[in-house]
Amino acid sequence: MTAKTTILNLTDEEFVHPGNRACSGCGLSIIYRTALKALGRDTILVVPPSCLTVLQGLYPVAATQLPSLNVTFASTAAAATGVLGALRAQGREKTTVAAWAGDGGTADIGLQALSGACERGENFIFFCYDNEAYMNTGVQRSGTTPQHVLTTTTPISGKPQKKKDVPAIMAAHGLDYIATASAAYPIDLYDKTIKAKTFTGPRYLHIHTPCPAGWGFLPQMTVKIGRLAVETGLFDLYEIENGRFRLTGQSAKMLGKKRLPVGDYFKTQSRFKALTDAHIEEIQQDVDRKWNAYENNDSPR
Amino acid sequence: MHDAIKFIQGNEVCVEAALYAGINFFAGYPITPSTEIAEQMAVRLPETGGKFIQMEDEISSMCAIIGASLTGHKTMTATSGPGFSLMQEALGYAIMAEIPCVIVNVMRGGPSTGLPTHVGQGDVCQARYGTHGDHAIVTLTASNHHDIFRMTIEAFNIAETYRTPVILLLDEVTGHLREKIEIPEPGKIPLTKRLRTAVKSGVDYHPYLPREDGRLPMSDFGDIHRYNVTGLYHDMWGFPTDKPQIVYGLIRHLVDKIENNTPKITRFRKYYTKDAETLFISYGASARSTLHLVENRRRRGENVGLLELQSLWPFPADIVREACQHVPLVIVVEMNMGQITKEVKLAVDDPKKVFLANRIDGVLITPTDIRNTLRVIQGKGV
Repeated sequence: MTAKTTILNLTDEEFVHPGNRACSGCGLSIIYRTALKALGRDTILVVPPSCLTVLQGLYPVAATQLPSLNVTFASTAAAATGVLGALRAQGREKTTVAAWAGDGGTADIGLQALSGACERGENFIFFCYDNEAYMNTGVQRSGTTPQHVLTTTTPISGKPQKKKDVPAIMAAHGLDYIATASAAYPIDLYDKTIKAKTFTGPRYLHIHTPCPAGWGFLPQMTVKIGRLAVETGLFDLYEIENGRFRLTGQSAKMLGKKRLPVGDYFKTQSRFKALTDAHIEEIQQDVDRKWNAYENNDSPR
Repeated sequence: MHDAIKFIQGNEVCVEAALYAGINFFAGYPITPSTEIAEQMAVRLPETGGKFIQMEDEISSMCAIIGASLTGHKTMTATSGPGFSLMQEALGYAIMAEIPCVIVNVMRGGPSTGLPTHVGQGDVCQARYGTHGDHAIVTLTASNHHDIFRMTIEAFNIAETYRTPVILLLDEVTGHLREKIEIPEPGKIPLTKRLRTAVKSGVDYHPYLPREDGRLPMSDFGDIHRYNVTGLYHDMWGFPTDKPQIVYGLIRHLVDKIENNTPKITRFRKYYTKDAETLFISYGASARSTLHLVENRRRRGENVGLLELQSLWPFPADIVREACQHVPLVIVVEMNMGQITKEVKLAVDDPKKVFLANRIDGVLITPTDIRNTLRVIQGKGV
C-alpha cells in the first residue's frame, strides 16, 4: 500500500481549467477536478446534458482537457458502450472510459441504458454526481431528490416520495465495485476512483454533491453541508467490493459513536422548509434503524 | 375582474389557457425552454383538483397523458426539441389509437441538443413527419400571448373533436416573453367537451366505429365498457387485424378525418392583404417581426401585407394559394431553412415568385433582417 493520499501528494496536473462556468460554491467543481486527477490523462469522458456540460463550457471558456463525448440525455451508458467497443477493436484496453452523469441522467432518464450496460458487463466507471434535483433546468425534482424537499415541480409541500437508492440498484446488478463518496471528502473520492480503476467490468461511484443554488445555502458552505449530510448519517460513505459492504472514511469512524441529529442538516438549507417536526422525527428513526443495522454488522443491503 | 389581467410569460399563458380549457392531467419532464409550463402546472393544477406528475423522461410523459386521456381526462404535456424527438413513437400510437391529447413543443434551435436557450423554428416538419408511417396531424402555433391563449384552447378543442393528438408549436422567445394578457371570463371562449358514447353498460360498444360524421364517441377506459386499445391496425372493437380491407379503411379514416377537415381546422390572420403587391407569410415569433415591418412599410405607402398562419398542419394550401393569387412577390419568413417555404411553393401557381427570409443562428429574426432580404430580392441592395 502506498502512502496515505493527502491534498499534498495529489498530482499537480490539472485536467479542469479554472475560470469555468460553474456557479460559485459548486460541489461538482470539487469532485470533477479531484476524480479527473485520479482517472489520469488516458481517459475518455462520456457526459449527457447536465450541469457538467455547463461547467465544461462554451468555447473558449472550455474547462476539460480530456476528450469528452457529450451525448443525448438517455444514452450515457449506451454511448460509453460504443466507445468501449471501438477501443477494444483497436486493442486499446488501457484507456479508461468514464461516464459522468447527474442524478437525473443516472436515476431517471439514464437508468435503462445504465442497467443494460451493467448487465452486459461493459468495462467502464460510471460516476453519478447526485445534487438531488435537475439543477441545470432550474431545480426540478428527480428520482434522487429526498422526501419533502421543495423544488420547482414540488413547490407546495415538497416531494412526497423517498430518495431512490441507486447504489442498491447497481448492487443488484452484481457489480464488482460500487462506492459512494461526497464532495465534502475529495480525498476519499480520489482513493475510491483509484481503486475503481483496479477493477474491470462496470464500476459505479455515487457522489453526494451539494448545490448552493438548488439547495438554498451560501456558496461558502458547500463542504460544511456535505459533511453534515455524512455526520448526521443521512448520506453514508461506503464501498461494496465483490459483494461485500463496508463503511469507509468518516462514516466508518462514526460506527458506535453518537451521530448529529438529522435536524442539524435540514435547518441549513431552504429546500427543507416544508419539513415538519413529525417528518424530522420520522427521518431520524429511519436513519437510526439504518445505523443500528450497520452497527450489528447486519448490512441493510 | 381585475385579476383577469396578467403580465406573464408565454409559457405561463399556455398553462392558464389549458386550465381554461379544462385540463386535469399533465405529465412532463424538465427541458429548456418549456420547463416553466411544467413548473406552473405543478402549482396550478392541484389548486383545481387536477393531477401533475413529473415523469422520468419524455417517452413516459407522452405515454402518461395517453393513459390519462383514455380514462376520460383532458391531458397535455410540454417539451422542447430533444424531448419531442423521444415522444415521436408514442405520438404515432396516439394517432393510431385515436387518443385526444395536446403536446406543446416550445422550440429551441436544433438539431440535437442544439441551442437550448435560443430561438429556432426547426421542428415544423418534425411535427408533421416525425413519427413513422402514413398519418395526418394537426399543428397550431401562435405569435403573441393573446393567440397563445386562444390556440392552446383550440388545440384542446380540435383534439376532442377529431380524437387526435394536437401539437402546439411555440417559440423560445414568446415562451419566455412577458406580455399583458387578459384572461377571458369562463364561458366566453367555447370549449369542446369530450364526445362520450350513449351506449349503455352491457350493450356492445364499438370504440373504433365512426359515426356518420366521422367522429368516434369515447367510453372512459376501464369504466362501463370493456374494449381493447392497440397500436396495431385494429377493427371496430379495437382488436388487432391484418385484413387488407380493414387496414385500408383505418389508414384512410386516420388521414381523411384531418385532411378532409382542413378548412375547419385552419386558423390564420390577414394583415393588409387586400391590395398587397408583396405578401409576407409567417408564423410564430417570426410573424411578430414581420408584422412590425409590414406596418412600417404601410405607413410609407408601400402595398405590403402579411398572412400569419396559426395552423401549420394540415397545411392550409387553399388559403395560401388564394392569398398569393394576384401577388407578384411572396416572402416566407421563418427561422429555419425553409420548411414552410417548400409548402408555399407547392401551393402557389408560380413557385418562382416565392422567396425565403430567415435566420438560423439562434437569434430572433428582426424587421431589419426581413427588410434587407426584401431589398436584395427587389434588386435595391442592402
